[in-house]
Amino acid sequence: MSRLSPERVALAQEIMGRFPVPRSALVPLVHLAQEQDGYVAEDAMEHIAELIGCTPAEVYGTATFYEMFKFHPCGKYVVSICTNIACLLLGADELLEHAERSLGVRAGATTEDGTITLEDVECIAACTLAPCIQVNYRYFANQTPESFDALMADVRGGKLDAEVPPHGLLARVRPHIDPAKWAGTGTAPPPTAERFPGPALTESDRADIQGAKTQGAGTQGAKTQGASRRRR
Amino acid sequence: MSYTPVAPIVTARLGYDDSYTLERAVATGAYTGLRHALTQTPEAVQDNVKLAVLQGRGGAGFPAGNKWGLLPAGKFPRWLVVNGDESEPGTYKDRILMERDPHQVVEGALICAYAIRASQAFIYVRGEMALAQERMAQAVNDAYANGYAGKSILGSEWSMDVTLTWGAGAYIVGDETGLLESLSGRRGMPLPKPPYFPAAIGLYGDPTIVNNVETVSNLPWIVLNGGEAYSALGVEKSHGTRMFAVSGHVKRPGVFEVELGKLSFRDLFYDERLCGGIRDDRRLKAFIPGGGSAPWFYEEHLDLPLDPSVIGPAGSMLGSGAIVVMDETTDMVRAAWRLVRFFANESCGKCTPCREGCAWMQNIYERIMAGHGRVEDLALLEDVGSNISPGVYPGAGAHPGDPAIPFPPKQTTICVLGPSAVAPVTSSLRRFRDEYLAYIDGTKAPTIGTGSR
Repeated sequence: MSRLSPERVALAQEIMGRFPVPRSALVPLVHLAQEQDGYVAEDAMEHIAELIGCTPAEVYGTATFYEMFKFHPCGKYVVSICTNIACLLLGADELLEHAERSLGVRAGATTEDGTITLEDVECIAACTLAPCIQVNYRYFANQTPESFDALMADVRGGKLDAEVPPHGLLARVRPHIDPAKWAGTGTAPPPTAERFPGPALTESDRADIQGAKTQGAGTQGAKTQGASRRRR
Repeated sequence: MSYTPVAPIVTARLGYDDSYTLERAVATGAYTGLRHALTQTPEAVQDNVKLAVLQGRGGAGFPAGNKWGLLPAGKFPRWLVVNGDESEPGTYKDRILMERDPHQVVEGALICAYAIRASQAFIYVRGEMALAQERMAQAVNDAYANGYAGKSILGSEWSMDVTLTWGAGAYIVGDETGLLESLSGRRGMPLPKPPYFPAAIGLYGDPTIVNNVETVSNLPWIVLNGGEAYSALGVEKSHGTRMFAVSGHVKRPGVFEVELGKLSFRDLFYDERLCGGIRDDRRLKAFIPGGGSAPWFYEEHLDLPLDPSVIGPAGSMLGSGAIVVMDETTDMVRAAWRLVRFFANESCGKCTPCREGCAWMQNIYERIMAGHGRVEDLALLEDVGSNISPGVYPGAGAHPGDPAIPFPPKQTTICVLGPSAVAPVTSSLRRFRDEYLAYIDGTKAPTIGTGSR
């Protein structure tokens, strides 16, 4: 729908600044676009191409490789049901079938009110919580048809708004680094012996480390003690 | 064999509810390993890790110390990439580590960056793991704010930037060359290797080390306790502890950190302190010992130790430490189909045998399961498989006692995704041929194309 807003352009510049090569920020930048509109708009991809200095086709070509990017408007909530092996063994197929019936859409489609997009996805790395689903990439474990319906009611009723941000916003904590602390090592001249001086700590630091080591770092107590000494 | 618990290494902090906060992490010794590493030369740290024989925990099991040694001397810049794009079916140990102990990951990455004299460290988190991204972002922000990362780390003259980045859903990006392509802002398609491994030509064409999240998480302990202490754990060829994620038909699925080689699959599945037995006390039919890519094992393999050097000759791999247990009620054709469908979906499309072969295998499966299969389809499946992975595919024999063909497989593709798709096909065909035939001759009713899935 639109190009990136000024605030998001500032964020994009910040993200690009953390890479030696701006194009490395392509995937995070497309996430920013998806966060803005709920899907990846063509104008936004053109804007990203301008920002990182490549062609819009390269942005589009890259973004379409990744399954999380949607190129058409989708629901405020993307509900992903895992049907890979571990979830399959514990009833994921039955769950998906139930979900399709109760939401009235096939996997891949969006409900008529535009709230929920249902997806049939591959392993989402929660295999002991099978069958597991994600709502906007937040986990909901050990689902049954009943718990699924209750969850969807909560989603529609806005009860999960604190927990689950709208589709597009992935991490609510952004990496943010004080420019004064950024060392710029990635773009610095090749490291020399001076940049890797080896022993560089004070005597008391070394005593601490020795303490932590000889008391057996496997035990929690020794570690805690060493750490509290340092913090004073 | 019987199971004797050892003190955990990478999961030591996970018992605390607030293990992911800087306060808890520092109070329980986080960044002490980094502090200790900075009192040594990078070479000394590297030698220590070589002594530890820390095998990569991503799946291939190449020793980390040796990998670092492949970096061409004097060539800069060079990069460290921590691979947190965990997507192997059944695996979720890296997610646990990133969500619950992100400071350990940051500390491990910094130690690794110091040891290899990296110019910058990147941590790549899988796109679907929103919570892991939040926790890692908070950890990196806190590390910068408190002098553990960035300029003059811990008051020393050493500086290192750590950049957090994330993917957007692609299994193949877990392959190290695919990961580097994705990190360069391109489609995450793997590159041929050899001739050039990332250690020589990697990110931006510079020397690059790619290590798994669990691998780097071991480094703080190794630096503090010494390489010998680490290699003393485990058995002759496999050292240290490892996280195993057990899922499927067990009573208590979960992630367990155990000493390598000291317990068997039987201990892992049946010990009351671990998985506690098969669900409803049914019989075990088969299990996948190392993620969706691994050939399957059966009841007669239960007494094999969790030791990669034993599992390879027996015809499979421990891979990414994901164990999926299937009990006697499992439809093996369906289970194999689901894995084949996964690989067909996730094939990046670069190599023809994988792109076409996986999709055709999926089609044949769907034909069989819809009740339109032919007996020749079984030979056809094997034939398509041998075009992706020539010769007899590794794995256990058709009957208990038949000789196993050792892992790894041959391949006609750049990366191992293609051959991985053959694993479930041959594993299920060799042992459960009658289940395929039941679909084909109509004694088993079709399970797809009937209005249900």
